[in-house]
Order: sequence, then C-alpha cells, then structure tokens
Amino acid sequence: MKQFLAFITKEFYHVFRDKKTLLILFGIPLMQITLFGFALTSEVKNADIIVIDNAKDDDSEKLINKLRASTYFTIYEKQIGYNAIEKEFKKGQIKAAIIIPPKFNNDLIKGKKSQIQILTDGTEPNVAKMLVQYITAITMDYQREINATNSPMMMIIPEIRMLYNEEGNGSINFVPGVMALVLMIVCTALTSVAVVREKELGTMEALLVSPFKPIGVLLAKALPYLVLSFVNLNFILLLAVFVMKVPMQGSILLFFFFSMIFIATSLSMGLLISNITDSQQVALLLSMIGMMLPTIVFSGFIFPLENMPKFFQWFSYIVPARWYYTGVKSIMLKGLDIHYIWKEMVALSMMGTFFLTIAISKFKIRLA
Amino acid sequence: MKKLRFLLEKEFKQIFRDKSIVAMIFVLPIMQLGILPIAMDFEVKQVNIVIIDNDHSPLSSKLINKIGASGYFKLLAYEPSFRQGLEYLKSSEADIVLEIPNSFEKNLIKENAAKVNLTVDAINGTKSSMGSSYLTSVIADFNNNIQIFQNKNIVQPVIINIENSTWFNPYANYSWFIVPGILAFLLTIFAGSISATNIVREKEMGTIEQINVSPIKKWQFLLGKLIPFWVMGMIILTIGLLVGIIFYKIRPIGSIPMMYALSGIYLIALLGFGLFIATISNNQLQAMFISFFFIMIFALMSGLFTSIESMPEWARIISHSLPITYFIKALRMIILKGSSFADIQYIFVILIGYAIGLNGLAILNYRKTT
Amino acid sequence: MNITEANITNNNGLLSKEEKEPVIICKDLTKKFGDFVAVDHITFEVNKGEIFGFLGANGAGKTTAMRMLSGLIYPTSGQASVAGFDVYHKQEKIKKNIGYMSQRFSLYDNLSPLENITFYGGVYGVPRKEIKERSRLLIEQLGLQNEANKLVASLPLGWKQKLAFSVAIFHEPKIVFLDEPTGGVDPITRRQFWDMIYEAASRGITIFVTTHYMDEAEYCNRITIMVDGKIEALDTPGNLKRIYNENSINDVFYKLARKATREE
Repeated sequence: MKQFLAFITKEFYHVFRDKKTLLILFGIPLMQITLFGFALTSEVKNADIIVIDNAKDDDSEKLINKLRASTYFTIYEKQIGYNAIEKEFKKGQIKAAIIIPPKFNNDLIKGKKSQIQILTDGTEPNVAKMLVQYITAITMDYQREINATNSPMMMIIPEIRMLYNEEGNGSINFVPGVMALVLMIVCTALTSVAVVREKELGTMEALLVSPFKPIGVLLAKALPYLVLSFVNLNFILLLAVFVMKVPMQGSILLFFFFSMIFIATSLSMGLLISNITDSQQVALLLSMIGMMLPTIVFSGFIFPLENMPKFFQWFSYIVPARWYYTGVKSIMLKGLDIHYIWKEMVALSMMGTFFLTIAISKFKIRLA
Repeated sequence: MKKLRFLLEKEFKQIFRDKSIVAMIFVLPIMQLGILPIAMDFEVKQVNIVIIDNDHSPLSSKLINKIGASGYFKLLAYEPSFRQGLEYLKSSEADIVLEIPNSFEKNLIKENAAKVNLTVDAINGTKSSMGSSYLTSVIADFNNNIQIFQNKNIVQPVIINIENSTWFNPYANYSWFIVPGILAFLLTIFAGSISATNIVREKEMGTIEQINVSPIKKWQFLLGKLIPFWVMGMIILTIGLLVGIIFYKIRPIGSIPMMYALSGIYLIALLGFGLFIATISNNQLQAMFISFFFIMIFALMSGLFTSIESMPEWARIISHSLPITYFIKALRMIILKGSSFADIQYIFVILIGYAIGLNGLAILNYRKTT
Repeated sequence: MNITEANITNNNGLLSKEEKEPVIICKDLTKKFGDFVAVDHITFEVNKGEIFGFLGANGAGKTTAMRMLSGLIYPTSGQASVAGFDVYHKQEKIKKNIGYMSQRFSLYDNLSPLENITFYGGVYGVPRKEIKERSRLLIEQLGLQNEANKLVASLPLGWKQKLAFSVAIFHEPKIVFLDEPTGGVDPITRRQFWDMIYEAASRGITIFVTTHYMDEAEYCNRITIMVDGKIEALDTPGNLKRIYNENSINDVFYKLARKATREE
C-alpha cells in the first residue's frame, strides 16, 4: 500500500509539473464554454430580408413597419425589382424577400382579400422555414388587427408559458451540450496519451515489472486527472451559473455526483484508447479529431435525436455525452431529482466500467 | 527548385509508406460525409403534445381534432390534470402541454373570447418557438372557422394569403445545406491538424535539426510539406464531391473550376495555419490541443450548423475572422446557387489574404537558427 | 587497421607551417541560457584537414559549442567564423559548407538507406546523376547491398551510425561536425567508424568531433577538454599527457574534470 501511494504521488508530480498541459486543461473548457455558450443560439435573429413594396400604400407601410420592429429581421433597405432578387440571393446578401402586390390596400378594402409572396433562400432550409414562420405570424397578427377594428370576432387566445426558460435565453440549451462535448474530449484526450506515452518513451517496462496490478497502474494514472477535472468542474459550474446565467434549479450535490460519473467514464475511455494504440499521434487523432463530429452530432444538443433514422438513435445510446447532456439539462434547467436521472447514471456507470475492464484486460495481455 | 523536388519526393514517399495513416486520411472523411449528414437534420418535424381537456365540450373537441389533423403534432396523451401532464415535460417525452379550461365553450360564446394555456418546454429554443407558433397558427385558423360554425358572421373578415416558395432547394432538403458544409469542415480538420503534427513529429524525432543545419531555405522546407498535403486535400475534395453527387444527389450548379480554385486557395491558407501551429508547439500533445481548440471554434462558430446572423455582435466578429466561414459560404453558394465569380470575388480576395498571411507567419516564425 | 595507425603517426602534430589554414576560428565565444552560462569564453582555431576532438563530461557545453558553430543557435557574445563565414550573420553560408551528425540519430526511419542518401544529397545540391552513381558505390562500401531498400528502422544501430556519417559527408563538405557519433556502439564498429573518419580527413575534410570515450580522444590530432563550459586544456594528446604527467588521456581528463562543480 505504501508503495502504491508512492506510485500515485509520482503520477501527481508528473501531471502537475507540466504547466502547459495544466493551462490547456483549465483554459480550453472555460474559453470554449464561454464562447459557444454565448454565440450558439437556435433562434434566427437579424436575418437580412428585402421587401419589394409594389403597393406603397397605408397598409403595406404598416405591415413593413411591423416587420421592421421585429428582432428577427434586418430589413435590407434597398429598392430593387423582382428580377434583381435572384442576384441578391446569389451574392448571399439576403435570406428572404417579401413581395407586396400593387393595390394591396385597395384589395383588402374592396375584395377583402390579398396575397403577399415570400421567397426564401433554400440553401439554408432551417433559416428559410423559420423566416416563413415568423413572417406568417406577423402578417396574421396584422390581419387580426384589421379585423378587430372592423367587427368583434370570436377569439381563442392562447396564453403561452415558456417553462424552464422564461426569459427565452437562446443559449440555455447549448451550455449543457457544450459542457458535455468539451469535458468528454478533454478528459479522454488527457488519459489517452497516459499509457501510450510510456510505450513510446520506453519506460513501459519499468511499469510492467512493478509489483502493481494493472488496475492499480491504470487507476494511479487516472487519479490525478480525476482530481484536476473535479477542480475544473467547479470553475465550469461557476461560469455557467454566474456568467452564462444558466439556472441551477436542482441539487448541486447531485450535479457533482453525476458529473464525476461522466468524467470517470471519459477518463476510462481515454485509458482504453491508450491501451489499444501504439503512438501518441494515433491516440490523439482518435480521441480528439475522431470523436469530435460524432459527439457533436449524437449528443443531440444541435440535432434532435428523434429526427434521426432509427439506427442512429440506437447508436446515440453508446455516446456517453448524450446521457450527460440529458442528465445535466434535467438537473440544472428542470430541477429534477434522482428519480428522473437514474437511467442516465446507470448508463454512464455501465459504460465506464466496460471501458475500464477492457482497458485492464488489454493491459494484462501486454504484461504476459 | 531542384532541392524542392528532392523534398517532395521524400515527403510523398513517407506519407504513402504509412498505409494506416493514408487509409485514415481518405476513409474517415468519406465515412463521415457518407453517414453523418443523414443524422444531421434539425428541422422540427413533429411536436409532441399532451392535452388536458377540462371542458369536454363540442368546441373543445373540434379544436383538438383540428390540432391532430394539422400534421405538425403528435397527440401523445390525454391527461385529466395539469400535474400529470407536466410529468411528460419533465421526462422530455412531450414538448407542449395544452390545457383547455372548463368554461371554454361558455366563455367563447358569451364573451367572444376564451383562453387556452400552452405550457412549452423552452429549453430547446428551436422546438419551443416552432411548436408554439405552429399551435398559435392552428388556433388562429380555427378562429377564422368558428365564425362560420356559429353563423355569427356579420362582417366578412379580411384575409391576407401568404404564398411562399423556396429557391435553390425547393424541397428544403436539409442535406443540401449540411453536405457542402461538412465537406468544408473535413478539409479543415485534415489540413489544420495533419500538417501541424507532421512537422512536430520531425521535431520530436530530431530530424528537423538535420534539416536546420542544411542549406535548405525555410520556404523550400515548408513548401515541401505543404504541396503533398495540398494534393491530398484536393483528392479528398474530389472524393467528397463524388459522395455528394452519388449519395445525396447534390450536383454542383456553379463553375467547377472556380470551386477547385477556391478550395485550392483555402487549403493553402489552412495548411499554413497548421504549419504555424507546428512552429509554436514543442510536442504532438500541444500541437493537437491547439489545433483542437481552433477546430472546435471552426465547427461551432463558422455557420456550419447555426446561422451567423443570429449570434451576438462580438461572436459575429469572431465568426467573420475565421477563414472557414468564408469558405463554407462560398462553397454553398457555388454548389447550390451557382453563384458567379463576381458574387464571390471578395471571398477570393479574403482567402488569398489568409493564405499569404498564415504561410508568411509560419515562415517568419520558423527559425533555422535560434 | 593499418590505415588508422599510419594516419596517427602521419598527422600527429606534424602539420607544417604552410599547411596551417584555419577553417574554424573561435574567440571568447559564449552562450548563456538565462543565468546559466553553458559555454564560457572559449577560444581556439581548427585547421584544415585536422581531426579536432572535444572532450567533456555530460553538460560540459560540448554540444552547445558545436551547435553555435554549425549555425543552429546564436552565440550570446564573442566571435567565431566557420569556413570563413561569421556565425552571427552568415549561418546559411556556413550550412552550405558543413556536414552535421547529431547525437540523436538523424536519418528518417521510414525511408530506406538509398532514399536517405538521395534526399540529403539533394538537399545539399548534389546533382541527381552524381547521387545515383555515388550512392550505389557507397552502399557497396558500407556492405548494405541487401538492406539498400529496406527501411532504416530495421538496421542495427552501428550500421545506422555509419550510414549517418556517410550521409553527413556525402556532399563533400569542408568541415563535418560529429556529436558523440559512436554512442552506444560496440568497439569493433567504433573502430570501423574511425577508419571512415580518417579516410574523410585524408580527403581534406576537417573533422570536429565530440566524445566522452577517452580511447577515441587518442585518435584525434588535437583535443580540447571542456569543464563547466570553459576550455581547460587544448593540445595534441601526446603533449597533454606530457604536461599533466599522466599515462593516458583518461587520467588527464580525470585530473581536470574533478574540478567540475556542475552536474548534468
């Protein structure tokens, strides 16, 4: 036991002496969470649109002013003809064009009916759809205003309550997602070089002849990173709550407990990578570049999992970040207790145990 | 120039000798491009709704039918109380709970107005805003209709019809948007990380010292590294375009030579970026972490997934200082819209600037004598 | 072995006055890393065709001195010129005229011997045709015919070192710098290695070699003993033994190196 403590102490020294790596460990997650937490938003805002007003009358003026007042669009103030629209799309200047017909006001009064046309740039389908939705809603609103002044009408009024995010903070969804992504990749990358570095430097033999069991060696390698990640987690939480204004509705204790399970799982995955690769270059390529896109895609924080084909939905179950993302959302944003996230905890613990077991068994083969 | 040929010969031999790296360089992008876009679709297709009907009146069931028939919503369950409905939101099974109060029909007939309560899980911004606006427009539509049901029509209401058409991508196919973006991103990952680790590896092995003590010019050495990766990048681009045509039926509309010219310039810029990282890091771990840091920023702030205009002002400034932002934009413009050279010439200018700047930095920062 | 012995007697301090043509001139050359003075005001000259040995314990400053002379690092102060070029401003000119073999093995592991020769030859501007002819000859001389197209990584260390030396002088430089070229190599191979050094010296290539093998020091025309960044002694091996009244360079070295205060 004494020997083992000495061994762990050595590993700690080794990690803490490398100032640059420490800087990276703390710097990258904090910087990225701040950047992405603020920058990413699923809303569409400030989209450049152009209005071709062929009517230039009272009604068209009022409608345009309503559009102008919205934060969704920036009206591109330029007079162009219908034929110039395609050119503007091709230059990438505008995302949508609204065309108001001549005699708009006249039609509405006399014929009780008129039609406006929306053209959207389909190369960004999502933005296009949102814009159509927004413009429709504003136009409907305008239509209701006209009717309300004309005659009383039966009306069902929806009262909308935005649960868990009353201020409509557009980045609230992304902070837990980015936390999952960054923690996972940084933790995995750190341990992924732990064993393979010793292989490359040729110091592996000293470990192999040591009296420690594989599990001891691997735990000693991971322990310093576990401690560091815990400290890191504190910073991340402070940042999320006080800078990003993400609420902490649930139990902090549960949050830490759950996060540490996730961190341990990621570290185990790194150890596994470290044991099955032969060079740092391959280990790093796998743990950072190889995992980045799949984690972004399958954790579900940008792309809804339910939209994916069934196969991908199953696949997402083996992505640890997916479980962490849902769990953190439940704890932080919804304030739920352990009854709602036990599934996530079990899944992560099982994955962690699985990774560690294989890592140990791969390590044993090399001992033999 | 003769020396450069020797350098190139050596680099090509070394790269193609390591079969596993070559396989990784070519197969990974194809696999990722072939598979991931299928999973990347954030269109809101279906909103799950739970309904609490406290009124049980003909009008309330008409409203519910209307919602069910709209095609946007999946009626997950009818629950007797709001508390029970809320459980669906907690477990994320449902996105919206609609509660119809018990004097709904009565109020509507007596007072010409009645309220319904929508409770929306607002964590996912896209889904909550799309879901609630779908539901409001269904209700607005219902409003127009009930006048007719109730024969209360006094003055004919005004109606503004909205006709919309989507250009360049009439079926609003999401893969058209994501495939050119992912292709640009894969080229970026490749160029940004491979050139960095390659040179740092020479540092770690000690062979770079042998180069430093030789009369090779700095630009010759760096160009010797850049050209082989540039060629490989162009091959990846070609394979990627083929994957796009075969798997996703995305046939570039614009000029193909122009697209290659643009990509070639972009690759030079990004390889220069990788070379620059190599000159400032001492080992592969550092080089990898630095390129990872930037590549993540490239992935999430370049407009690859989310729209740049929606970001806060400062984030837009960052976004517009990344070469990848311009490259993705231009690639989408050429492939999907067939934009002409005049439309994107400013992007050419910017990317050439980056290519010169980043490679210049790499040459300046690489010291044969320290 | 005959060549070796003949060379020793021939060259040992017997260079006549008119043959003395300094190719390395070094005056008060100093290198500091922060507060640490790695090389402390060293002054010496090396003549054309000479085999000049640099002795010292690990950390004495040998490698740093060599790296300054070969244009890899800038000196902090002092003057030096190599092959007639100043080390501050004309490093790239120096690099054209020297060969260099570092302590760490410096060939590409994942290229064959032939490919390494071709590459480095090309880098120094040897015409392709000449590379083709001479590399075949060289492979034969080294007895590497069977390994010419295998990867360097698979060669034994001794062969790698001999190959690295041949590559370092392939472009016929005026001076070749060898940094502990025989580290970890068996005695027989070391002997062969020194035969190659003598052969190169006889063609007029000046050899600047660092070592901590004392027997190798005896092979040099003149040796310098460095202690803590300073030159403690500089003369022919024979003269040094006489001055310090010892039987071997080994003993001379111990006498001087005992003063060292610096550790690795």
